[in-house]
Amino acid sequence: MTRLAASFASCRAEHRSALITYLMAGDPSPEDTLAAMHVLVAGGADILELGMPFSDPSADGPSIEQAHYRALAAGMTLQGVFAVVRRFRERDDHTPIVLMGYLNPIEQKGPLWFAQAAAAAGVDGALVVDLPPEESGELHDALANHGLAQIFLVAPTTPPSRLGMILHGASGFIYYISLKGTTGADRLDTADVVQAVAHLRASTDLPIAVGFGVRTPQQAAELAPCADGVVVGSAVVEIIAQQDTSRLAALAAGLRAALIR
Amino acid sequence: MPPLEAEAMSCEPDDLGHFGPFGGRFVAETLMAPLLELEAAWNEAWADPGFQEQFRATLENYVGRPTPLYEARRLSALAGGARLILKREDLCHTGAHKINNTVGQVLLASRMGKRRVIAETGAGQHGVATATMAAQAGLSCTVYMGARDMERQQPNVLRMRLLGAEVRPVHQGSATLKDAMNEAMRDWVTQVDETHYVIGTVAGPHPYPLMVRQLQSVIGCEARQQMLRTHGELPRYVVACIGGGSNAMGIFHAFRDDQDVALIGVEAAGRGIETQWHAASLAKGRIGVLHGSRSYLLQDEEGQITESHSISAGLDYPGVGPEHAWLHHTGRASYVTVTDEQALEAFGHLAASEGILPALESAHALAHAMRLAAHQPAQQTILVCLSGRGDKDLAVVSERLAR
Repeated sequence: MTRLAASFASCRAEHRSALITYLMAGDPSPEDTLAAMHVLVAGGADILELGMPFSDPSADGPSIEQAHYRALAAGMTLQGVFAVVRRFRERDDHTPIVLMGYLNPIEQKGPLWFAQAAAAAGVDGALVVDLPPEESGELHDALANHGLAQIFLVAPTTPPSRLGMILHGASGFIYYISLKGTTGADRLDTADVVQAVAHLRASTDLPIAVGFGVRTPQQAAELAPCADGVVVGSAVVEIIAQQDTSRLAALAAGLRAALIR
Repeated sequence: MPPLEAEAMSCEPDDLGHFGPFGGRFVAETLMAPLLELEAAWNEAWADPGFQEQFRATLENYVGRPTPLYEARRLSALAGGARLILKREDLCHTGAHKINNTVGQVLLASRMGKRRVIAETGAGQHGVATATMAAQAGLSCTVYMGARDMERQQPNVLRMRLLGAEVRPVHQGSATLKDAMNEAMRDWVTQVDETHYVIGTVAGPHPYPLMVRQLQSVIGCEARQQMLRTHGELPRYVVACIGGGSNAMGIFHAFRDDQDVALIGVEAAGRGIETQWHAASLAKGRIGVLHGSRSYLLQDEEGQITESHSISAGLDYPGVGPEHAWLHHTGRASYVTVTDEQALEAFGHLAASEGILPALESAHALAHAMRLAAHQPAQQTILVCLSGRGDKDLAVVSERLAR
């Protein structure tokens, strides 16, 4: 069983939704990221999403956008991202890690190199925000050949006609974008999301995680009954930006408690 | 590069918007459905004689088309050699070719029931053209503009505001066109139901590169007819500047099958392509993905997009439209570069010898055309797309002249 499948299975057995936390690799330094990853897991995160910085993160809202710039200013590269994962794996071999970023840096190094290096470092899957299934043939094959999941997005705007194609190529879990907007937006309507996820559930056996705009334990609690996982990104990144580790642990613990069904 | 089969060199993209290996649709899932809707609405509108007539009538009665073809005899004499013939897009309402595209896209937005349009702008010409058409159609308009561009293009900022548009400064990244485009995409994804995003060049995700080229192709259609009518022949060369490349695609497209007509795009070399201070994506870039499509990009080894530099804000973009990448790849068009200094010199020549102040963007095309003319026989014709007028650049030019 893959780390991702095992994580979702154990959460299901414990009657709770998985807590998936996002943070940017190298924000503000690789050492800080490594420490924050362990703090998040100790606080209750089940799965880590690790951002790969890009100069033009047009799908991200202000908090994560600034994290991209901070990581780049500190010199983060794809090699650097993999180094962080390798070091994390020295102490934690069970928490799944999903890389999240944009296509161009991956394409410059080559999908084959990326998949191989990611697998060797101990990564479990990748989500490339600006790579819809129509364009993802080469990377999809490379990831699959190295046993890595390719996570695809489903949006409130996704028409039924596209859903089949997305689900066909997806593995690991489905990431349902909870609102029309960028990451961290502040107009999440959890009632709409619950309905949409129920609808999506009828079409797939993969776990469904919900993200974009989830910040508070209350929102997490409202989503827990319908979602296999809840992703919290901007709220984590904002605390990291203030370099306040104690609040990071508290945030993770609060969210984790809220996700019990 | 080996010669390619005729079919492989088609000017039309495939169903997913690919021009050969370039183009496509690289956006987050939330924007896929809106792009598919836009593509369907565009195909339906463009095939509708009613829409075509509305578009044509607006270009004629409001924009002032057809624009003249003018033979610049004194400039030609100065260059020494071939005849320089100018397609006067600077005489369009609002002062540049940009409005051809915004007429079409704002008509389309209204037809799709959108109440709001947004745009990115570099030099401000596309922002002004969008604000103008939004005012004319009664739509609300927000324009994203890099804070640095707002400084160097003050008159256009004022014009947009007078036209009722909200101009939002973008401070992120390099605070220029590419960052304005990121911010416009963030706005679009957030308010996608009521908003149409009017992209100003032949870049972005499919169907934008195709749609903008079709709307701008009026430039070349007119110029080709005017050449035949007035001069009895097609030009030997067609020369146009390239930022994203909309005026160039607009004038090139009508000549695509005229194999004796050489198509030349002129990129901005800034302080020189041997320096880091240029915007020559085709000359110095590598293939990558930005702003929804695959093309040539200025980027570092890690695939991070690097800043471009040009005296002309409209050419200051680290990418180029995917169809230009394809024309470059197939060899149907060739691409050269012109520095800030050379463009300024051409600006001065056109002003002094013909009484026309060109936009600094267009001055890049002029500079290459003059260079080319010097080595051509006197009967040869070179058609230059004079894409815009230079009033917006007076502050930049006078500051340079004062040095």
